[in-house]
Amino acid sequence: MADTTPLLEVRNLTVEFRTEHGIARAVDNISFDVGFGEALGVVGESGCGKSVTALAILGLIPSPPGRIAAGSIKLNGRELVGLPESKLRKIRGSEISMIFQEPMTALNPVFTVGNQMSDVLRRHKGLSRKQAREDAAELLRLVGIPDPKQRLREYPHELSGGMRQRVMIAMAVSCSPKLLIADEPTTALDVTTQAQVLEEINLLREKLGTAVLFITHDLGVIAELCDRAIVMYCGMIVEEAPIEPLYDRPRHPYTEGLLASIPRIRDRKLKRLPTIAGMVPDLLQLPDGCRFADRCEKATGRCQLEIPTLEGARKRKVACFHPVNG
Amino acid sequence: MMNETQPLLTVRNLKKYFPMKAGMFRKGTPLKAVDDVSFDLETGKTLGLVGESGCGKSTLGRAILRLHEPTSGEVILDSKPVTGVKHGALMLQRRKMQIIFQDPYASLNPRRTVYQTVREPLDIHKVGDPKERRHTVEILLERVGLRRQVMDRYPHEFSGGQRQRVGIARALALNPKFIVADEPVSALDVSVQSQVLNLIADLQKDMGIAFLFISHDLAVVQHVSDHVAVMYLGKLVEMGPAASIYKDPRHPYTQALLSAIPNPDPKHRKKHVVLSGDVPSPVNPPSGCPFHTRCPRVMDICKKETPVQTNQGNATNPHLVSCHLYS
Repeated sequence: MADTTPLLEVRNLTVEFRTEHGIARAVDNISFDVGFGEALGVVGESGCGKSVTALAILGLIPSPPGRIAAGSIKLNGRELVGLPESKLRKIRGSEISMIFQEPMTALNPVFTVGNQMSDVLRRHKGLSRKQAREDAAELLRLVGIPDPKQRLREYPHELSGGMRQRVMIAMAVSCSPKLLIADEPTTALDVTTQAQVLEEINLLREKLGTAVLFITHDLGVIAELCDRAIVMYCGMIVEEAPIEPLYDRPRHPYTEGLLASIPRIRDRKLKRLPTIAGMVPDLLQLPDGCRFADRCEKATGRCQLEIPTLEGARKRKVACFHPVNG
Repeated sequence: MMNETQPLLTVRNLKKYFPMKAGMFRKGTPLKAVDDVSFDLETGKTLGLVGESGCGKSTLGRAILRLHEPTSGEVILDSKPVTGVKHGALMLQRRKMQIIFQDPYASLNPRRTVYQTVREPLDIHKVGDPKERRHTVEILLERVGLRRQVMDRYPHEFSGGQRQRVGIARALALNPKFIVADEPVSALDVSVQSQVLNLIADLQKDMGIAFLFISHDLAVVQHVSDHVAVMYLGKLVEMGPAASIYKDPRHPYTQALLSAIPNPDPKHRKKHVVLSGDVPSPVNPPSGCPFHTRCPRVMDICKKETPVQTNQGNATNPHLVSCHLYS
């Protein structure tokens, strides 16, 4: 990605939601890029703004109560913020597509898999009914579904969870999008099925060269799939780094704590799991300074007063006054 | 697991079948959610129960507590039967056994304050007078790391981790000897998950409670368990000391489960043993070994005969496997 323009360029994005008790800033002034063909992981715990970021890119923030309060999102140099719905509709599904956590809610229960898949193909690619049907079967084969012709005739409820998620993926890549946004695509699946689906996503990346924005709370999944990751906390990016250094030498105390607290298979059982004390602050009552300060062992007076900005070389950034592993 | 001392909990040949309606093309064969499960659990120890969704692990937990009435089999807790006894005797046994649920949002009554929720078991079992009950609740909340001031708040005012603490306090109210923890941390964020796991470990150490810890997450199970049992389609396919299961898994299913876990270490992107296909429907389970349809090491005999359990460990530390590879 050195000096070429990235595929996706997010700058100073801020998303707000109006609530009964005030305005909640779910995403606060974040900037990041996704290069062509790159897999970028977005990690964070519930409420950190990772899914809202995805919805903002797709222009799917429910409004009201939500709105993109500031910032710009450029895909291939073209500004998406402020585009009319009709134009966004053309982009969604063809240039950017998305797979969701729960495929059952994302698929339409009253249409067969074949109907839904050929609908996308006919709308975006203008294929004939017959051609769309054939392409759909080919796509199902691509994501490793046996007997695709039969599957096309089935309804979503007739498929297992892993199978549905594969149908979702097949639909998502059907128009060869440049960017695939995957929001917790394997969280609802069992480990053995998760391994299958992750493998499919990896194979597709190799075959089609699609860039992936992979949103998850699971640091294990990110480590398997992504080239680079950003870590979000309370609506802000606290760290951005290529995968290996991020896991090897995390710079932000939150990233470090998060990595340490994952229960993982170890050779010897630990007496106690490391934890991060306290909990995520309420978006409506955010502290003045660093949002992690109250839970951070390294916090000083400055952290309570000032918000650190995301700084560092192009590929390795951290938002912290007292970064670790320096 | 078995030695001279009487185990706290004995489960023998426990079965839970759900009747299925007979259809035009289907005989009314029952769904065997739990099929002939036996194990022992000692005081203060944890048995981790792992398996994929639909394998019957939650049903097993509930059948032991008789929240689901078992179809047949025997459960003995603290030398007294749980199964086959009348309501009065069951109520006495229920004091000694409790459950912690997965979803801290669904398992607390939204119209009750924390105080009312934690006090309820004391009311039902008529423990102490009202003043004592209030005092007990205060102690319990403190024990699980909640401030006394939260007593009059409602569940919606709490985060997931705090709610799970309330659920744990409720389970502890009657000073139980045995707790079924059904995916207690699956709905929680990683940083909160480890807090709750540590709390459970502390309680176990201080109060000597035995746990049946049900989870689909093998890493979590390793952290809490003394013994581990692996379940597939209603049957225990492997069971043994945790160290031995993780270091030397015998059953191909256990091996695949362990291999499928994403490794949070990008330097060791490992080659997973990816199982093909999905878990078969328990309504119509495969003949012979239930795992043969997905097993990478399937043999002819697996399709015909159900494997018998063999001990791959030793007499003091049995490591039981149901697989034709070892018979």
